[in-house]
Amino acid sequence: MRYLAPRTADDAVAALLAEKGPTRILAGGTDVLVQMRSGAVEPDLIVDIKRIPGLDRITREDGGWRIGAAVPNAALGEDRDLRASWAGVVEAANLIGSTQVQGRATMVGNLCNGSPAADSVPALVAAEAVARIHGPDGTRDCPVAEIPAGPGKTTLKKGEIVTSLFLPARPRRSGDAYLRFIPRTEMDIAVASAAVSVELDAHGRIVRARVALGAVAPTVLVAEEAAAILTGTQGEDDVLERMAEACRAICRPIDDKRGTVEFRRSVAGTLAKRAARIALQRAGGQS
Amino acid sequence: MSFDEYHRREFRQVGRRVPRPDGVDKVTGRALYGADMTAPGMLWGAILRSPHAHARIRSIDVSEALKLDGVKAIVTGADFGEVEDESIRDIRDNCMARDKVLYDGHAVAALAASDPRVARKALKLIRVEYEVLPHVTELEDAMKPDAPVVQEGRVQETVPPGMSANVTSYCEFGHGDLEAGFAAADHIVEREFRTAATHQGYIEPHACLAAVTADGKADLWCCTQGQYMVRSVCAAIMGMEASQLRVTASEIGGGFGGKTTVFIEPVALMLSKKAGRPVKIVMSREEVFRATGPTVHSRSRIRIGMTRDGRITAAEARLYYSGGAFPCGTVEMGAQAAFACYDLQAVRSQGWNVLTNRPKEAAYRAPGAPVAIYAVESVVDELCQHFGLDPLEVRLKNAARKGTKSSYGPTFPDIGLVATLEAAKAHPHYAAPLGPNQGRGISCGFWFNFGGNTCVTLNINPDGTVSVTEGNPDIGGSRASISLMAAEELGIPYDRVRTIVADTASLGYNDVTDGSRVTFAVGLATIKAARAAIRVMCERAARIWGIDPEAVEWKDGAAVPAGPNAGKFPPMTLAEIAANSFRTGGPIAGHHEVNADGAGVSFGVHICDVEVDPETGATRVLRYTVFQDAGKAVHPDYVEGQMQGGAAQGIGWALNEEYIYGADGRLQNPGFLDYRVPVASDLPPIEPVILEIPNPGHPYGVRGVGETGIVPPLAAVSNAVSRATGVRMTELPLSPPRVLAAIRRSRATDGA
Ligand SMILES: Cc1cc2nc3c(=O)[nH]c(=O)nc-3n(C[C@H](O)[C@H](O)[C@H](O)COP(=O)(O)OP(=O)(O)OC[C@H]3O[C@@H](n4cnc5c(N)ncnc54)[C@H](O)[C@@H]3O)c2cc1C
Repeated sequence: MRYLAPRTADDAVAALLAEKGPTRILAGGTDVLVQMRSGAVEPDLIVDIKRIPGLDRITREDGGWRIGAAVPNAALGEDRDLRASWAGVVEAANLIGSTQVQGRATMVGNLCNGSPAADSVPALVAAEAVARIHGPDGTRDCPVAEIPAGPGKTTLKKGEIVTSLFLPARPRRSGDAYLRFIPRTEMDIAVASAAVSVELDAHGRIVRARVALGAVAPTVLVAEEAAAILTGTQGEDDVLERMAEACRAICRPIDDKRGTVEFRRSVAGTLAKRAARIALQRAGGQS
Repeated sequence: MSFDEYHRREFRQVGRRVPRPDGVDKVTGRALYGADMTAPGMLWGAILRSPHAHARIRSIDVSEALKLDGVKAIVTGADFGEVEDESIRDIRDNCMARDKVLYDGHAVAALAASDPRVARKALKLIRVEYEVLPHVTELEDAMKPDAPVVQEGRVQETVPPGMSANVTSYCEFGHGDLEAGFAAADHIVEREFRTAATHQGYIEPHACLAAVTADGKADLWCCTQGQYMVRSVCAAIMGMEASQLRVTASEIGGGFGGKTTVFIEPVALMLSKKAGRPVKIVMSREEVFRATGPTVHSRSRIRIGMTRDGRITAAEARLYYSGGAFPCGTVEMGAQAAFACYDLQAVRSQGWNVLTNRPKEAAYRAPGAPVAIYAVESVVDELCQHFGLDPLEVRLKNAARKGTKSSYGPTFPDIGLVATLEAAKAHPHYAAPLGPNQGRGISCGFWFNFGGNTCVTLNINPDGTVSVTEGNPDIGGSRASISLMAAEELGIPYDRVRTIVADTASLGYNDVTDGSRVTFAVGLATIKAARAAIRVMCERAARIWGIDPEAVEWKDGAAVPAGPNAGKFPPMTLAEIAANSFRTGGPIAGHHEVNADGAGVSFGVHICDVEVDPETGATRVLRYTVFQDAGKAVHPDYVEGQMQGGAAQGIGWALNEEYIYGADGRLQNPGFLDYRVPVASDLPPIEPVILEIPNPGHPYGVRGVGETGIVPPLAAVSNAVSRATGVRMTELPLSPPRVLAAIRRSRATDGA
């Protein structure tokens, strides 16, 4: 096994392209190292991206935020503006692991690890975050929602690296929230999760909504009908109940040691309802 | 014989919260645990485990593995010789399968290599040909007449005919006329309960280092709850004499009963013997889950009758336990413990053990009692609800007390249950208001406690300090408690005493650290050893003073003349006598060897408040209080630690911990991610309330406290959840999907 820590994204891409055997990109390593220790993966090449200049920074761009691929989640929680505007995304990222894990783990790693239960992914999808990808053919931008391809899989091509995530600027009356269900209070994997992002008009009416569900299908789900139900309302109780049902209707979960189909479906709707209430509150709405 | 009547006394050392002697080493990372031992020329052992729940081993081909550079020895079941004793044979076969693998994770071969990487690589080169057999992992399925038979020929004569050959033993306890009792009841509740197998969940995986020499001697270092047990079992399996095998226990990172047997030690010894080099084996967490002792999983049927005013008229328990692939006696302890908290006229408990394709059960704190008492206390709670009676009052009304003929036979001496219940009733927790979706559960608990074989040597050092040598690994703070009792008896400060745990060659036989026995039995032997040393010190003082030894007594750490007629001499302190010992007859020591009885049964009562989220089925424990009789709390911090630790483990058992098997018979959750012990944030502060009702069988009144604390939480939590949701829960764990489904089912029938 070889370990490389290139100084440019181009070098990283070249190294990944040249390697015939299995490769892994190393961001925080909180998935990769665990998988290597358990023998689940045995890469021939590890490309550490933490030495590439700029990848460890959060910068402002067009009123939004560009978050480097090596920024640890702990740093997100320390950025006051980001936290104020994208509270749901930050709380999702900050749920991951423990204090020790937070100092290392990244949202990009969470996304590219391809777990259907990854905590930051539904929040990023609800936020319409966009990933910037550096690859053999240059640079491209891709909505986060289009990256997961199933458990352990992404749509990234060989040699491609996500270098940053972009979270757009926030209008005044907007808010987001993320909730997950775990049987314990910490150190667990989401059995079901939901993220909601809303923008309100001056009357507290929802003008734009995004709802995303985690751990209830092979990839994160965008709940379009649920979002449509919210739009134009003030998030009244009966609206939220209908929205929850719309979420439940699109779940395609599995039965396993972590939860039953029935349970996951039911709880996903409940979480969406509760997350919507928090997002509305953060946006300054009624609920 | 050993019974030493309790006498009231003023304690000076016992009862103090002194610093723990192992604390600094543990928090600075210097304590030596099982995996910390190394030896020159050491090899690394690794074990190949079965991926099948049940299969015949057709052949094992190790030739490719042996060719790998660095591989020094390989062993399989064929390397182990015959063993007379059946229970040791079972342990041998559990450590290394012979012709059949009996569960997912069962060891089939092991090898020793120059480093762990080579060892892991070599494992993949061993070719095992299996003939996969039908398997059965669930107790209910295993009891069916046509179930696959896990092991043939293991059925005891006690089992009634006509049952599956997986049912290996039957037991029955009780007294009185059940029919008349049930006829006298105003209401009878009969229910069936299920509990999942749980693991002891110690943080330190099993680890050992074995060194067998060319002339047949051996040294073994390992983390264990009993080095003498390790010696007996390994010597029998290896065909060695006990004197030739020296076993040293490391510091231990938790055991809770799970380290009262061996898993890897005979394998390491055999590899070392074959390779002629020391061999170390350290289990991974996955191996710990797949191949070391979980508890039984159980099914039970409980029937209890009660009068309108809360008097139990008759009680009956039918318990079915499975301790995995080997016969297991735990159900007998469950059947004996089931109704021990109650004073009953008519009672019967019956127990059956059932074989399944799961790992061999190992003890876990009060083995057998938690699941039996969970079921009984659930039914008592339901009866209280039925009549609208206060659950503590009902328990007080029926509580076992001095003179009660217990459901398992003996008549109780002074016991602490009534006092414990009364303390619970008077505590502010019991009267605190509850909010919506909240419920309060209570449960009693019981454990027998144990004394057993014990040796202690107490040396008076020339500088006036004292070294106590005992033979029981310290899993709950016993070294501090033993030192306190030695200091108390000798009349010297605690910090003059250091207690160490000896290897098997340095002291006579000691039973395992289990049965909550150590503070009781080792404490008792320490007190007796101190008294023996005191007798010698009094003789030495008498010799110096030129008076009769009978005329000298021991007071406040010094020899003094027994009365005015003995002569007028100033007190001669322990330090002075020690300093002169070389001139008065040589070094001074006391020792005591005993098979201690009089351990004194132990009772506890727990109060638990929970809140259940009706939309997700998630339970949050809001408040938890433990009341337990310690007889005498020698070191209150440690006693509280036992009470809190037992409660924490019991809450985990109640809420989320479970062994989950797939249809393929493989364990689905061999790790702490999906085997969910509570994390710190899952638990509220657990308030311990210590009661001290002296045990008449110990000079200081001590009772063991290590096990009772895990017994009540199962029912305390389940009763709280049942009351919070309005639905009677009958299956553990109370994982959110199960609770939500129960709430939904009950709403659906209510609506219909
Ligand atoms: C104790 C513990 C608790 C955890 N708790 C949680 C939890 O609560 N919720 C949760 O969702 N996860 C949890 N995780 C998993 C893990 O911490 C997260 O998924 C984390 O966000 C991964 O980030 P990382 O930077 O460490 O990724 P890494 O391990 O470095 O990488 C993960 C994967 O992404 C790929 N990758 C990394 N960076 C890039 C890139 N720039 N471009 C393309 N591919 C890339 C890697 O090749 C690898 O396949 C936990 C892990 C541990 C050890």
